[in-house]
Order: sequence, then structure tokens, then C-alpha cells
Amino acid sequence: MITAERKPFAEIYGMTEGHDKVLVAGCDTCVAVCLTGGEKEAEILAAELRIKAKEDGRDVQIEHTAAIRQCEWEYLDAIGAKVEEYPLVLSMACGIGIQSMAEKFAPRLIMPAVNTNMLGMPQEHAVWLERCAACGDCVIDETAGICPVVRCSKSLMNGPCGGSHDGKCEVTTPEKEDIDCAWALIWDRLKAQGREELMLVNRPPKDWSKSSSGGPRKMVREEAKPV
Amino acid sequence: MADEPTGPATAPSEVAGAAAEAQPQAELPANEGFEPEIIVFACHYCAYAAADLAGSMRLQYPTNIRMIKLPCTGKLEVIHLLRALEAGADGVYAAGCLEGECHYLKGNLWAKKRVGYVKKLLEEIGVDPGRVEMYNMSSAMGPQFAETARSFTARIRGLGPNPVRPREGFTAAEVVRRQMADVALPDDAGADSTPGS
Repeated sequence: MITAERKPFAEIYGMTEGHDKVLVAGCDTCVAVCLTGGEKEAEILAAELRIKAKEDGRDVQIEHTAAIRQCEWEYLDAIGAKVEEYPLVLSMACGIGIQSMAEKFAPRLIMPAVNTNMLGMPQEHAVWLERCAACGDCVIDETAGICPVVRCSKSLMNGPCGGSHDGKCEVTTPEKEDIDCAWALIWDRLKAQGREELMLVNRPPKDWSKSSSGGPRKMVREEAKPV
Repeated sequence: MADEPTGPATAPSEVAGAAAEAQPQAELPANEGFEPEIIVFACHYCAYAAADLAGSMRLQYPTNIRMIKLPCTGKLEVIHLLRALEAGADGVYAAGCLEGECHYLKGNLWAKKRVGYVKKLLEEIGVDPGRVEMYNMSSAMGPQFAETARSFTARIRGLGPNPVRPREGFTAAEVVRRQMADVALPDDAGADSTPGS
């Protein structure tokens, strides 16, 4: 799913400067599941902002709301009347939801209260791991269901590199300790599948034009468009 | 509620009254005359019963605390603590079972984490994180309940009034009770948070 993390409070509070009516808008789908921007989190942020504003002697009206999904016009209609009351809306949706809001309610100010960070897999409760880069050209049929694009620090198509030691990647930071070497994982699983020969396939340079390098992507399903 | 402080809505030092008389010896000299309003989210199985025991034992503890009974502190959410502070409580604490003795296994451990998270949020917004706390006690720990109430009240007295507290005396508890209507348990008949009742 799409995951996001809340921006630092000071950054969010700074966005409210000069405004006397602010709406915090949560999104009850992806960002709610990753416990960042659902209705609950929107209410928490609104409460924090109200307390801080009151401390600072500011007279600001701060409320919260939530759409089932901010990335769909129909669901934005449901919160439209509320949004129209507020000159500034802090959206806690992913980048898609925030932009949908900004487009739907233009030229109203819609600002992001979260940083959208990845397409993550919930490995356990409250832990997400990046598993897909949405590169537009999936190769995991040949890599034992393990994505080298997102799980190899160098996105190597022909790994591993010389920085692989004991199954771990040489890239280590305090935030990213113990990264598994994707190609060591791929090798182990290919072996278990009896498909080791796939390690010898020489993959040509990846066509990144199918990823975001090719400009904004658009998907149209003609057969599904309304008649 | 008739015996509650109803000081004029000006200086916090004037927000005092019967509660101050009931507990004349302030533990800390700072903020003299300030009577904090403290919300206690108490677990039905332990702290609430401990409060009852403290009452039966005729133990004295500050009248500043207002108890809200929960089926388990695990029912307490981050927003409940923030709402209590926003409503004007000067301090808020959760009192759950001893660790490892929760009737719902881990409710008190969840509460501990949530209180810890609220402390972080408070730091972000410049409110002293010491205004919220998590305590653990069993139903047999009446004296500890009273001591916790005393020490936490002393701490909040030292911190001074909640910067966003409305200055109309003790009003947060009623607001929080309304907010918690779908979560809190009704008080036991005859039971009261007032010491010695």
C-alpha cells in the first residue's frame, strides 16, 4: 500500500501562519492503514495545532474531517461543503490525494501535512517495508519474486555487486541497518526453486522510460470507460 | 461539583477554593495557590478499586483528581489524553494494572506506549511532557494510589497551570466525561473520588 509519514510538527504549524481558519483533512484508506493520516490522526493533529495556537495567543479555528479516499472525486464531493468553509486545508492523504484535493478545490490552499514515502508491505503491525518502485516493467518473474529495483540499493539488474557480504548489503545507515542483499535473497530462493540458471541470464539496461523518467504516466482502459 | 474551586477568570493564583482548604499543605512552594485539575483514567480492575480502598482506609489524597473509570487502560487512546488537556486539565494520568497482570493481557502496556507517544507530541508543541503519565498499581494498593495522587498533584502544581486552561475553575472533568461517554464505565454507586468518602 501507499505509506506516508507525518511531517515534523513545526513545519506543519508554519503552514498555518497567517490563517485563522484551518481544516485538517484525513484520508481513510492507505494512510489510515499505515496509521499516519486517517481520521484519528487528523483529529490528533488538529488538537495539537489548537493547543499550540492557543499557547501562542492565536485565535485560529482548527477542525478536522476525513474523506473515505481523497484520490476519488466522488469521495471529495462528500467533504466538499466542509472544505469550502476553510481557506487553508492541511491534507494528510498521500501525494495523490493531496493533489486531487488541490485540483478539485482550486484555487483553495491545500497543503501537505505528510510526506508520502513508499509503496510498502506491512511486515508486522506498525512496520512497513518498501517492496515496489512502480517502475512500470516488472521483472520479478525472473528474480524469484524479489524486486531488485527497490530492494537492491543500486537497483542492479545483474547482481550481486562486490558490496554483498554474508547476505547483507554494504549500504548501512543508522536508519537503514542490516539491509538484506536483494541478490543474495534472489539466489537463495532461485536455488530453492531449482531455477539457479536464471542467475546467468544477462539482463540488458532497464528501460526507465516506463518509470517516472519517461514523464508523468497515464493509464487509460478504453473498454472500461463509460459509454 | 458544588465544592469545587470557582476562582475568578483572571490570575491562576486565584483559582482556588475548597480544594485548597482540603489540602492546605502544598508539596511544592512554586505556583502557590494554584489548584491543578487532574484527570485520572483509571482501570476498573485495579486503580479504581485501589481508589476505593484508599477511601475505605480513610487515606488522604488531594481533591484535585477526577477519576474516569475505564474497562481497561488499553481502551485509552492518544486523542483522549489530548482532549483532556485541551479541555483544560492541568495534568492527566492513566492508572492501570501492574505490568503482566492486565485482565486483558496487554491493555496496560498499550496504554504505556500511548502515554509515551503523547509525551512526544507534547514536546513538539511546547507543553511539558510531565503533564501526562502512566502508573501501575493493583487493587490492593490503596496507599500507593493515594501517594500517586499526591506526588502527581505536586508535580503539576510545580509545573503551573496548563497554558490552554480556561480560567473558570474546574471544568475539564465534565467535558472529558462527556467526551468519554462511549468509552468510560459509569461510576460505582456510592463510590467517589473524594478521599475518605
